[in-house]
Amino acid sequence: MTLPALGWQGLVVLVVFGVSLLIATYSTYAERVIAAFLQDRVGPDRAGPFGLLQPLADAVKLFTKEEFFPAGANRALFVFGPCLAMTTALMSSAVIPFGNVLQFGETVVHLQGIEINVGMLYVFGMVSLGVYGIMIGGWASNNKFSLLGAIRAASQNISYEIAMGLALIAVLMISQTLSLREITIQQASAAPFVWQDIFNWNVMKQPLGFIIFIVCAFAETNRTPFDLPECETELIGGYHTEYSSMKMGLYLFAEYINVFVASAVMSVLYFGGFNFPFQYDLRSWLVSSQGLELVTAQNIITILGLVGLFAKIFGFIFFFMWVRWTLPRFRYDQLMRLGWTILIPLAIFNIMLTGGLITFGVIK
Amino acid sequence: MTLAERAYLPAIFQGLTITMRHFFRAATKKQVTVRYPDETRPFSPVFRGLHVLKRDELGRERCTACGLCAVACPAEAITMVAGERKKGEENLYREEKYAVSYEVNMLRCIFCGLCEEACPKAAVYLQADKMAPPRFERDEFIYGKDRLVEPVSPDKRSKRGIQLTPEQAEKLRQKQLT
Repeated sequence: MTLPALGWQGLVVLVVFGVSLLIATYSTYAERVIAAFLQDRVGPDRAGPFGLLQPLADAVKLFTKEEFFPAGANRALFVFGPCLAMTTALMSSAVIPFGNVLQFGETVVHLQGIEINVGMLYVFGMVSLGVYGIMIGGWASNNKFSLLGAIRAASQNISYEIAMGLALIAVLMISQTLSLREITIQQASAAPFVWQDIFNWNVMKQPLGFIIFIVCAFAETNRTPFDLPECETELIGGYHTEYSSMKMGLYLFAEYINVFVASAVMSVLYFGGFNFPFQYDLRSWLVSSQGLELVTAQNIITILGLVGLFAKIFGFIFFFMWVRWTLPRFRYDQLMRLGWTILIPLAIFNIMLTGGLITFGVIK
Repeated sequence: MTLAERAYLPAIFQGLTITMRHFFRAATKKQVTVRYPDETRPFSPVFRGLHVLKRDELGRERCTACGLCAVACPAEAITMVAGERKKGEENLYREEKYAVSYEVNMLRCIFCGLCEEACPKAAVYLQADKMAPPRFERDEFIYGKDRLVEPVSPDKRSKRGIQLTPEQAEKLRQKQLT
């Protein structure tokens, strides 16, 4: 890789970082507005037009609040917990392919933080590490409720990671690769048939796997109906009961970044990533009818694909919030029963089904 | 339970459609929320709000300090001191006796309207368009004549209470006519 290309790639990393933070910030606003609308309320509309400055006001509030350490807390770990949660959440968005390549003359920019050939494993590793932030914070608080929340988070994440991984294996059996970029590109289709593009998305080949994956994604991100680690009614605030100020803010931020990453991963794995219908038709139309160069046309397609991927991501984020304000929280035994006795067998069945379909050549 | 019930997913989709209906209702149609400081709800025409001591058509105070309102008051919120009208004050007070001071304690008052019913001179009324506003100090809730007596000209009315916008007042008048 040449030096300017490396510089561009660094810029992409910074942009991905900033965009993750921005989306997490406005997720708090979106969550409040969506919650309000779903409950026939108004939501925040005082700070700025439509309340759009509300996240800023919240951030100022969180930064200026009292920094509180509970008695008997392990101070080092108490600070380390939210940092770890935030760091791992931010790191996992690095391998998401947000777009195809942009080409300016000799410089080729991949709209992706880093391309590694085991991207999926990397995301899983980071998500698994994320639970350590919750565990450490809950343990260091020296509070029974926090500890309960932390233990719940740990056991829940371990349980649902198994089903999630098994659902993913079926995707990997089709795609034969762990690279998220490869998986995305395989979901593209140059066929002239109108709906071929969408039929090529993995969700069409893996409907059951997708349902398992999205249920597990809800559990992994600690979102309702699986938000037992922080359920207010029984555990006050769960692992962040004792947290105040921006340390609390980091936990909340980490959760929203996790939601963003989970949405992005689902869009990439199952909904075609940056591919959108008619993309090749559009490109050839741009070249033949509009007289653009192939490179320029491809750049336009790349940018449209980027917009398309973000539309999918926002759709998923909306779905996360929509579900949150629709479904009540699961009981803990229900959560474990669903994870171990329903989702894992279903995921194994899905693997065998996929294997059979591949063997008989139905899907490839 | 049937299989569909046990699978739980149909119930989830049912719930999701219900919440989505509410989402679009809130996002598109007029919301039911009254954004209070910006807009106030119109009062009922029979609402009993802040007291007013009326003047007659010549601008003289109607109250003659008979004390019937204070007797009728179940909360014992009204106190008054009567005085005799002097010569030359005929344009100020309607009767030969008038209230030198007239105080209503708004913390005691239960806004029942019995004073209004007891008054033989049609002097005290509970206004339908004005509430006793919140205050920081207790003694500010004891309303004297300075705040109770109707101003001579209608446009000098006290701005202390919550007042209706002209449109709301018009709506209220229409309601009262029908």
